[in-house]
Amino acid sequence: METVIELKGVVAVLGSFPALAGVSLSVQRGEILLLQGPNGAGKTSLLRVCAGLMPIERGTGSILGIDLATNRQDIRTRVGLLGHTNGLYLDLTVEQNIQFWASTVGASQEEVANAMSTMRVDGRLAKVKAGQLSAGQRRRTALASLIVRRAEIWLLDEPHAGLDAAGRDELDALLRNAVAAGATVVLASHESERAAGLATRTVTVDGGGAR
Amino acid sequence: MNSAVASPRGTGTRNTRILGILTIASMAFLALLGLVFSAEDRDQGSSVRIMYVHVPSIWVAYIAFGMTAACSAIYLSSRNRSLIWDRFAGAAGEIGVLFVAVSLVTGSLWGRLSWGTYWVWDARLTSTAFLFITYLGYLAVRRLGGTHRQRARRSAVLALLAILEIPLVHFSVRLWRSLHQEATVATGGTDVHMDGLMLFSLFFGLISFTLLFLWLVIHRQRSLALEDAMENRGLDAAIEARREEAVS
Amino acid sequence: MSTFEQRRRVAFAVARKDLTIEWNSRILVNQVAPFAAIIMVLFAFALDNEGILQRVAPGLVWLATLFSMLVVIQRTFAVESADGALDALRVAGVDPSAIFIGKSLALMVQLFALELLLVGTAVVLYGVEMSLVGFAEAIVTLLTATVGLACVGTLYGGLAAGARGRETLLPLLLLPVVAPVLIGATRATEAAFGSGGAQVSEGWPWILLLAVFAVIFAVVGSVAFGPLVDE
Repeated sequence: METVIELKGVVAVLGSFPALAGVSLSVQRGEILLLQGPNGAGKTSLLRVCAGLMPIERGTGSILGIDLATNRQDIRTRVGLLGHTNGLYLDLTVEQNIQFWASTVGASQEEVANAMSTMRVDGRLAKVKAGQLSAGQRRRTALASLIVRRAEIWLLDEPHAGLDAAGRDELDALLRNAVAAGATVVLASHESERAAGLATRTVTVDGGGAR
Repeated sequence: MNSAVASPRGTGTRNTRILGILTIASMAFLALLGLVFSAEDRDQGSSVRIMYVHVPSIWVAYIAFGMTAACSAIYLSSRNRSLIWDRFAGAAGEIGVLFVAVSLVTGSLWGRLSWGTYWVWDARLTSTAFLFITYLGYLAVRRLGGTHRQRARRSAVLALLAILEIPLVHFSVRLWRSLHQEATVATGGTDVHMDGLMLFSLFFGLISFTLLFLWLVIHRQRSLALEDAMENRGLDAAIEARREEAVS
Repeated sequence: MSTFEQRRRVAFAVARKDLTIEWNSRILVNQVAPFAAIIMVLFAFALDNEGILQRVAPGLVWLATLFSMLVVIQRTFAVESADGALDALRVAGVDPSAIFIGKSLALMVQLFALELLLVGTAVVLYGVEMSLVGFAEAIVTLLTATVGLACVGTLYGGLAAGARGRETLLPLLLLPVVAPVLIGATRATEAAFGSGGAQVSEGWPWILLLAVFAVIFAVVGSVAFGPLVDE
């Protein structure tokens, strides 16, 4: 088994607040890891640290064998994060948003079309501005643009939120496919029953630590 | 984590105390030189005495901003990125802003007495005002928050940008005012007739103010180190409190 | 690490994205351009003398440009942070220098359009007259000044945007830096307009100053943007 995420005693701060107060976590390739815990437990910060977005203040960590302290930029090209925000441009249409993200990594038109049909944001929806979408539709668009970025580690913060029943099934299928293709998934979710069925392992995050 | 070089009582050591005493003594002597011993100027009368504060102030400001730039460059280029360089850069920046302000105020007072006006659109004056505002911006960016390393990197880059900007502003303001007369003592202008004692007083002023700058910058760096250390200690406590949330 | 080809592709993608956003939302056309025009009208109220207006028209054009530029820069970074797109760009590992170049390019296009409008307003409202050579010189001035303004605006705009909720910081940081552009562009435009009896030939040295400024901040910006924006 290959370890893709390795954190040891990681402290990360928001301003002066220690969002993570010494997290140790190890994730193997091909896992679907579920992060559980109450609000404010540090799940989001943990995902952001793994994405190389939040600097670590103390402790050590490596993602895909790359050191978190020194080479965060290299990590970022290989992981995909879907946070609370969707990272969409609200004045662009669904298709323009996905096209933009595709062009940053040089994804083909075929990949764009596939991603859009996988997340069912093709057809009529493709021409709608992201600012006019419902919460669930925005989530789908964000997931579609995540697909074209071909991440090796998927870091998902409440991915089920706002999705309808069909959308959740599609998301689960999408994640299983991604894992089958060699990706690793870490997700934080309050939908414990649904997510637990999907996950291969569950970790409880609380008080800025992981158990 | 590295705890800062903090003595619990304050920021003074034996060496800084010696430096402080030297500074006070030379400042007192400078006051005597400037106010009592040195003569009035033939044309300007007593207003020339402002020079003994004005010129050393801008001198200190240049040293300070040079130090900010140098420490920022060292911080960015050094392997271990020691935060002491960031704190020295910040301390020097604060002191530089203070002394630019002093030189602007004393300069405009002097200008009122000898030119009859507080301000002229002279190239040197104008770019000094820009210097002041530029470093106010630098200090504002230092206070933006975030972790110490974020602060250090952001402000170091900005300090280097300022070094690039200042010659550009100065050059373009010079072009703008190219016909304007140079009217300063520091260039050895001929509108002030300086005798030996006046020159000595001016020179002594430079030395005293440099001592004052060194004393200030060392103490300020140490007090910034204490602030950082206090925040780190606060972080330790906060981490403990955070961990206890999980137990309950 | 990204190759030159990747960087070029991303820079153009970012520029096209920003211009598409403007095309879709028309904020520049519907809000910023009228704002710039009203500044020109307000100058006329404040100065209240046609002779003076004609004499200082170049300076007013560039002052109005700077004020409108502040608004445009706030907007171009508000778009990035509205739904966490700047974060997403960073997570995606997009080369910061490519983002810088892309956003600068888009800003150049928008600023140039604004400046054309402002010069047009000066011609109509302030009674400015130009010779053909003067017109050519005015266009060259606009182009070189715009490159510098866009680069330096993107650089400091990114810094202010990274510091959330500190938009008030942008004018403090930006306006001192663009002083050389204001000086150079105003003098060059005076030569182009023939304000105060200036000759067209007097403008070219100032355009050289603008070009130097533009080159310096284009190069420095693409290096410094990453460390300034990234946290």
